[in-house]
Amino acid sequence: MFEHYLNLSIQSIFVENMALAFFLGMCSFLAVSRKVSTSVGLGIAVTFILIVVTPMNNLIYNNLLRQGALAWAHPSLATVDLSFLAFLTFIGTIAAMVQIVEMIIDKFAPALYNALGVFLPLIAVNCAILGASLFMIERNYTATESFVFGLGSGIGWLLAIAGLAAIRERLMYHNIPAGLRGLGITFIITGLMAIAFMTFAGIQL
Amino acid sequence: MSFLRNLLENTEKKWFAKGAKFERFYPLFEAADTLFYTPGKVTKTASFVRDGADLKRVMITVVVALFPAILVALYNTGLQANLAIAGGAGVPEGWRTALVTGLGLDFSPDSVIGCAVHGLVYYLPVFIVTFAVGLGWEVLFCIVRKEEVNEGFFVTGFLFPLIVPASIPLWQVALAISFGVVLGKEVFGGTGYNILNPALVARAFLFFGYPVQISGNEVWVTADGFTRATPLANGFEGGIAAIEAGGDMWWDAFYGFIPGCMGETSTLAILIGAFILIVTGVGSWRIMFSITLGTLLTSLLFNSIGSDSNPMMSMPFSWHVVLGGWALGAVFMATDPVTAAQTNTGRYIYGFLIGFLVVMVRALNPAYPEGMMVSILLMNVFAPLIDHYVVQAHIKRRKARYA
Repeated sequence: MFEHYLNLSIQSIFVENMALAFFLGMCSFLAVSRKVSTSVGLGIAVTFILIVVTPMNNLIYNNLLRQGALAWAHPSLATVDLSFLAFLTFIGTIAAMVQIVEMIIDKFAPALYNALGVFLPLIAVNCAILGASLFMIERNYTATESFVFGLGSGIGWLLAIAGLAAIRERLMYHNIPAGLRGLGITFIITGLMAIAFMTFAGIQL
Repeated sequence: MSFLRNLLENTEKKWFAKGAKFERFYPLFEAADTLFYTPGKVTKTASFVRDGADLKRVMITVVVALFPAILVALYNTGLQANLAIAGGAGVPEGWRTALVTGLGLDFSPDSVIGCAVHGLVYYLPVFIVTFAVGLGWEVLFCIVRKEEVNEGFFVTGFLFPLIVPASIPLWQVALAISFGVVLGKEVFGGTGYNILNPALVARAFLFFGYPVQISGNEVWVTADGFTRATPLANGFEGGIAAIEAGGDMWWDAFYGFIPGCMGETSTLAILIGAFILIVTGVGSWRIMFSITLGTLLTSLLFNSIGSDSNPMMSMPFSWHVVLGGWALGAVFMATDPVTAAQTNTGRYIYGFLIGFLVVMVRALNPAYPEGMMVSILLMNVFAPLIDHYVVQAHIKRRKARYA
């Protein structure tokens, strides 16, 4: 069993990296990667939200939304299918969670709170987080698997954004063509990083 | 020699000086000038300490260190083809065959000259296209930027032909080296500013874009209609038994007489290069050492885990280092001073992780029997992050000491 979870986490960190294999969560990936310390802070926030939200959504989906999931409440509800509410519900849980994390960061790490600025509330619409919940449904993960998957996806995203930020810090002294400075070169770096991450594409665990 | 000096100075005054007709192309003239003479410019502001081993000498040292590998590449490319022809494979048609026979040479695997010339007619076109296209881009960017043409492309240009199979189509060489030089290096600001090794970026471009011409069993030997798996591919199928059944003994692999990319086969020739790099201090011994250590420990770990279905798990260290691009990558690619980690502690971590990844990819990733290219690229990506944390840790330690 442990081996299964280990494989799942390696799969989600490296092989199916949210940022560099699926290109999810790109907005903040490109925008908040100027400094390593800030991007690591954001990465930790995203990871934290992922490990709370993914299993939570899993429980909500399997006990309330899925077809027949409400059978536990009353036998006549066994045919009710609320899965069309999945997107709405997931966004709601994610937004609520982000609010809480925002308050925690504001209270305990005000410097990070200021550095992250608008991108902290924007985690609510970070595609990587909604993506993880949707992948979780598609692949029929259990609650524990969702937790491991959320953790792995978060760490993978953290690793990717930290790597990008370190490269961009180094680029500060580089003579980059004027038209490419800023986002342009960041797109190119992301592409090259994705090529490097193909190291893991195809690994079967 | 004053004749040459005068000639250069007159040319400069007449054509390339400020306001002259070809002022725009001054970088080209400067490149030709510094080929013969050390630049006469003197530093006006700090810092004044300069080492005699400037960029040009460092780059040339790497190229010199590559020569044993290039010589074996020529011989082995011809040898593999001639062995196949002697074994009954067809002689490919075209100008290459016409040239070899026109020189009065035959396709006998016993003749060293014959093999070397046969290899040369495959190596040289790739080399020429690499330099024509790659250097073309380099010069174009230098002219636009009004910078001097420097030797940054030399090493890339010498390395790239060594890491492609002999049968590679030349248009793919041109395309790949354009991608490697422009998107791998020039957009970041040129020589010394790239984050990934341009030669490896070019190869990765080919590997993911045109996998048919750079992997599989048909591309390694240039005889007509001849298929021969590389020892690594054999090893992936059936372990060392399958490699030896395929006709490749350990010593063959060590000397380099196995099919593979042109310059990566000979561990012996690359060892000579490694010796030159370490003695001159151009290549980092820390990186080479830690890659070796990483490979050793990881292969020992995998050997002890073992597997019934995956023979690569039980491939010993001694085979890992003589197969595929391990040696060339460890000595010439990973030690690239620009893309490797810059701190000494960082270098140990960087190298160790390359060694770990290469064994892991070879054993666990069925998509690539070879793991060196992707491992080095991946660690190139994370080298700045490693450096960042090494530096942070250092700052923290110093602060604690003087607090």
